[in-house]
Amino acid sequence: MTVEFQTVFGSLQDYAKGELEIINDSPKNYAFSNVFDVASRSAAYEKVVVAINLGYVLETLRAEGTSPWFAAAHDEFAIVMDGEVEVELLKLDAPAVPASKKGTVQLDGSPVGRRMGYVKCKRGHQVLLPQGAAYRFKAARPGVILLQTIEGELSKQKWREICYT
Amino acid sequence: MNALDVVASPASNETGYRSFQLGSFSFSRDEYFVRVGWEANGQQLSHKMSADAFLRAVMRDVAWGFFYGWVNFDAMIGTRNLYGKVEFYAGTYNPAYKERGLDHMETFDSRQIMATFKAMLDDWTNEGFDPFAAPDETSKSWLGKKRGHNRGAIERERQACKRMPGLPGDAELRTDENGYPVNRAFADVSQDEPEIHAEPGFENELHAFSLFAYLSRSDVTWNPSVSSVLERSLCCPTTEEYILPIKHGNDRVEWFIQLSDELEWQIEDKNTGAPRAKVIMKAGDVAAMPADIRHQGFSKKRSMLLVWENATPELPQLYESGKLKPYPVEF
Repeated sequence: MTVEFQTVFGSLQDYAKGELEIINDSPKNYAFSNVFDVASRSAAYEKVVVAINLGYVLETLRAEGTSPWFAAAHDEFAIVMDGEVEVELLKLDAPAVPASKKGTVQLDGSPVGRRMGYVKCKRGHQVLLPQGAAYRFKAARPGVILLQTIEGELSKQKWREICYT
Repeated sequence: MNALDVVASPASNETGYRSFQLGSFSFSRDEYFVRVGWEANGQQLSHKMSADAFLRAVMRDVAWGFFYGWVNFDAMIGTRNLYGKVEFYAGTYNPAYKERGLDHMETFDSRQIMATFKAMLDDWTNEGFDPFAAPDETSKSWLGKKRGHNRGAIERERQACKRMPGLPGDAELRTDENGYPVNRAFADVSQDEPEIHAEPGFENELHAFSLFAYLSRSDVTWNPSVSSVLERSLCCPTTEEYILPIKHGNDRVEWFIQLSDELEWQIEDKNTGAPRAKVIMKAGDVAAMPADIRHQGFSKKRSMLLVWENATPELPQLYESGKLKPYPVEF
């Protein structure tokens, strides 16, 4: 017997937000959002926090056009949730972020370093953004990135706008 | 581990299964059921679970090394991880038993309870039954009298990477060649890998892989496995089908990000089991699991779920003492 399965992924164009069925609780306790919904209402490369755990965050970024250069004093990981995103990486000659500083930092202009190369990602691809590198994203069409990082100066928390209340 | 720490009976003449003793708890199984016995308030008490449900639950508890916090096999029995020691309880988080003093809990050295659980899993899992698989994927040979083993299936452990799978010296990516074919329910998932264009000298530093392809090749269900590590922040995606074989009451907040398809979480109060909410998640949905609930997931189609954990060791105490609230954000 052959069973046909269809795997359903979401996209900016086609997503359905799930539901909260409350029996005896506050909906806010679940901080329930949807990354495609968040990205559909975000500015390009705005870093919107969708999950936080004592300083660690997952952020949703709308990928559209070319981002500024970013760097962090620690590893970060990006998962492309929709679209096609090219990630360009540069090995910095000197650390752009002090070791004690957490989270992503935006670099002015073009940072100085050696080209490490680039990675072309499609939906479901995960890329390492290694400590000591600067990186920027390029997307010809709007896409969605889920970023694993630490809360930093660029992290935006707007729970009331993105979550069921 | 000293094998003498496992207290087991000889194989039963009738069913072929051994019975086990863990502290003052007794464990036995027959053709259909597992029976747990204990004494409280001068009374002999017992609890039964379907053997397949019991084996699926013990499979997770063993593979996860008792995981984080409470691993409830059902509304009556389960373990609580104290990281080095483990509590096993019956009725402790069930008000009908607890209020009448009919519950029982004992604390064991992790190695002792692990050895006993592994021996039980080994003896009670028959040939052809894989307690790590969804019902559609494995046989009904869990029922009936003892026949054979399935050691290959039950000796799989939780996979973990140090930084990210596929990096030199880190966890391997999954391929047909190393025994991870694409699961039937993910046959339509693209197996294309990202294009990596490294400049000379940076071949080992530029790294990417297809997480969705990696997950499509997972050979087990409900088994969060680390796929990226940022200090104590761990992404642990997994593939889910049928019912999470345990009700997980975490000793910290965790988050779920539904990567594909749909999953429903039944949420109960951690201490009493009273229903609190249902969280129905579709692709792209993100939800927190507060630290004062227990949850059990239901997934009709095999789905991809990202479980996100904070592995900081001090967290359980901070939640227990009230220094941290059970939910992650206020807004």
